[in-house]
Amino acid sequence: MVSIRSIPSTPSSLTHLDLQWIIKHREDRFTLCGRCTSVCPKEAIFLTYRRQRMPKLDILKKKRSSEYRTFTGIRQRTEPANRCIGCGMCATVCPNEAIGPEPNPNDPRVRLLHNDKGEAWKRGGRRNFRGSLLDRIMFTRISMLTDPALDAGRHEFQLNTLLGRVLSPEEFLRRKATGGWIPPVREIFPFIIGSMSFGALSPNMWLGLLQGVAYCNEVLGIPVVMATGEGGCPPWVLKSPYLKYIILQIASGYFGWDEIIRAIPDMQCDPAAIEIKYGQGAKPGDGGLLMWFKVSKLIARLRGVPEGVDLPSPPVHQTLYSIEESVMKMIQSLSMAWGFRVPVYPKISGSTSAKSVLNNLVRNPYASALMIDGVDGGTGAAYNVSMDATGHPIASNLRECYLDLVAQGKQNEIPLFAAGGVGKNGNVTQNGLALIMLGASGVHIGKYMMQSAAGCLGSEQNRCNVCNLGICPKGITSQNTKLYRRLDPDQVAERVADTFMAISTEMRKVLAPLGRSQSLPIGMSDAIGIDDAAAAEKLQIKYIC
Amino acid sequence: MCRLALKTASKPFSPYDVLTAMEAMQEGYDGSGLGLVLRGVKFTDFTYRTQDPILSGIAHTEAAYHRLDAFMQEKGFQLKYDHEFDVDFKKIEAQDRYKYFLRVYKLPASWKTYAADEVEEQLMLNRLELRKNGEDHGGDLTVFSFWPDVVTIKEVGWPLGIGKALHLNDDRIEARVVMAQGRQNTNYGINLYACHPFFIQGIATMTNGENTAYVPIKELLTGMHYPGYIGYQSDSEVFTHILHYVHKRLKLPLETYKHVITPLKTEELNMHPQGDFLKGMRNVCRRMIIDGPNCVIGSLQDETCIMVQDHKKLRPGTVGGKKGEWAMASEMCGVDAMIPDRDRSHDFQPMRENTVIIPPDRKEMKIWSQFDPYPLPQVA
Repeated sequence: MVSIRSIPSTPSSLTHLDLQWIIKHREDRFTLCGRCTSVCPKEAIFLTYRRQRMPKLDILKKKRSSEYRTFTGIRQRTEPANRCIGCGMCATVCPNEAIGPEPNPNDPRVRLLHNDKGEAWKRGGRRNFRGSLLDRIMFTRISMLTDPALDAGRHEFQLNTLLGRVLSPEEFLRRKATGGWIPPVREIFPFIIGSMSFGALSPNMWLGLLQGVAYCNEVLGIPVVMATGEGGCPPWVLKSPYLKYIILQIASGYFGWDEIIRAIPDMQCDPAAIEIKYGQGAKPGDGGLLMWFKVSKLIARLRGVPEGVDLPSPPVHQTLYSIEESVMKMIQSLSMAWGFRVPVYPKISGSTSAKSVLNNLVRNPYASALMIDGVDGGTGAAYNVSMDATGHPIASNLRECYLDLVAQGKQNEIPLFAAGGVGKNGNVTQNGLALIMLGASGVHIGKYMMQSAAGCLGSEQNRCNVCNLGICPKGITSQNTKLYRRLDPDQVAERVADTFMAISTEMRKVLAPLGRSQSLPIGMSDAIGIDDAAAAEKLQIKYIC
Repeated sequence: MCRLALKTASKPFSPYDVLTAMEAMQEGYDGSGLGLVLRGVKFTDFTYRTQDPILSGIAHTEAAYHRLDAFMQEKGFQLKYDHEFDVDFKKIEAQDRYKYFLRVYKLPASWKTYAADEVEEQLMLNRLELRKNGEDHGGDLTVFSFWPDVVTIKEVGWPLGIGKALHLNDDRIEARVVMAQGRQNTNYGINLYACHPFFIQGIATMTNGENTAYVPIKELLTGMHYPGYIGYQSDSEVFTHILHYVHKRLKLPLETYKHVITPLKTEELNMHPQGDFLKGMRNVCRRMIIDGPNCVIGSLQDETCIMVQDHKKLRPGTVGGKKGEWAMASEMCGVDAMIPDRDRSHDFQPMRENTVIIPPDRKEMKIWSQFDPYPLPQVA
């Protein structure tokens, strides 16, 4: 026996049993190749010498004793900074299936210690809440005998939506007769790749997405558009014919907008739209945050800032004095920059005040849409408390706004776009169509795209979720060339195309039995139901059981 | 599934002729009700002046009937003719029928200063007020139409049986246009207002099908807060209101209706000579795009008759006839029954892009295609 002179314990002491992910490894399969330790983004494991007692029993001499052997094994670090994030890269590279993380079924104490030096827990990724109201919405109005069901494989379906301010028919005719301005309207696929900035994403990821989007548009005929997020857009894209598939975002840090404005005279086409970010679902009240690890030379040049500094955008736009001033002036200024040929719309975080913003937009003739980002939205970097507990779920927020427009007879004029948790458990088409039938003209998908198109390892069980640190093991959210060269842009592009082809097919499979093919069933609330009476009442849809 | 029959002829004929055509189409429908709209009306007992409005409906109680009388008197309408149906109540399924009224009124003297638009507005508002009056009294008064030269009859039961019960075969009423539909809205609750054809300000349509885009369209029309856009006991009522909105309120040519309810695809509009305008129209009228299988038959105040199909032509519909006499029906045998002595080789079944028009002169059947040039100069 070895005596314990003192217990090596401090308030911050942890064992591997206190961590959320526990590394399991099988010594019988071990080859000491060292790949797992070298790939681990958190340096959470290390090879170390271990001593093992080998019981020895000499039967003839009737003697028991011990021998000790020394072996090289894996040890898991327990410091919060090096905690295992469950990404499973060790398992990916292991030639012998000898190692991998497993979720700790007990209550991991490490979550209580994410505030070292008084620094509250910041992370990237998602909310870590697996529940989804959208997953529970079913499409219940099935056409069978009252009208024949459509054939998802053979019939023609109109799946596109409109992005842009739509006039009332009376006003449209009046302006046509008098040569007045008709606001720009884009016909797009209702699943939009949500705002993820060039900076938050690696150059390879961004390039892959853009290639995939171009392929969807030009080869597959699926008019997918993608939003840039705050951080500008590479000059070669700004001056390319692919700009028409891009929604340029302007946010409170105005990063990248020098480049954009300067590029306007050289643009071959107009962008799909301009998104003014006032808030996002993952961290309402916070501006964008690009941490210094990710401000590479390229990013610094694009954003017009020094390398290696944190880039926290202010929580509000500098011009914000009142909603009228901020929204109206910014929308008008940006509309004017492109000669009123580009739809300009604000993005806000889901909030009980969303209706006030909406009603303001209804009275603003230049506002093209409203994008509402619910609490389940993801981000590259945010305080944990913001991600987990601040914001508003999207379903009821969107529904209230839509019904508000219905009451005013304006539901065709200001399209509502919704985001935040679409496809969080993989059911992207079902979630998106549920929101569309609640009143959305389209949905933005970010996290799902990263998972589906680039193999993002993040999950709602707090797996990985280190997009903020620049150590993304798949090279999706890192600016480190060693990491992002793991991601082949061509393969990402292929997966983008796969994803949108599948969504398009699934949309048909849902719409065909509903007897809808001529237009996107926006607000078709008679077609959906939910197994929760309170939610059904709130959303004004059918309760089913 | 509903069965639809419309006959239009230069010489007035008995609505009973159309009911016999319904009988020919009896296979495949439940015969749960009858809706009739008559235009170009002629009474044998009364010389009718076409500008006088005719009030059609049912008083379910004597009290309702007296209330109706008092209401019309108070509004200044002068009763000129009260058609007495020779009703055999034993043949009527429903028990609460006191009187089927069909009354010709003279407009109030105070309306003389009104422009035509105002008169039309007031006629509609009076009808709606009467309808509300009935609804406020437990539904004891049902008012179908109040419009010059239009008669509407709706009842629950087998169509021919209703015709016999009301003695429509006695030739006391004849019309140049008769629209008939043979079903109550059995998809939802039975309600006399839910029975096609639907009527608003001189426009009537009936539909054979199911409008799967009903709820968003209904919400849009309701949101316009236009007094006549109410009811919606049937998903087909929105077809009438869209036609009214496009033709009467936006004052667009009749061709526009098809472009609104089933617009062409972007690729098709890119090739269309007025594609830019029509794409704009499609955007602004996006919420009025219908869906599901539908054949819509309609008639306008000037006795123009139309038939259109849904975008996939999922419902049948045939138009046939000869100079001065035309028939539209959901089944070909219906057309045969209404106009047997026509050249069948000229029958036409509209496809997804067609609008079939029988103009008031009834000389020929016109077929418009959405791919044809759109009469833009009339619009902008």
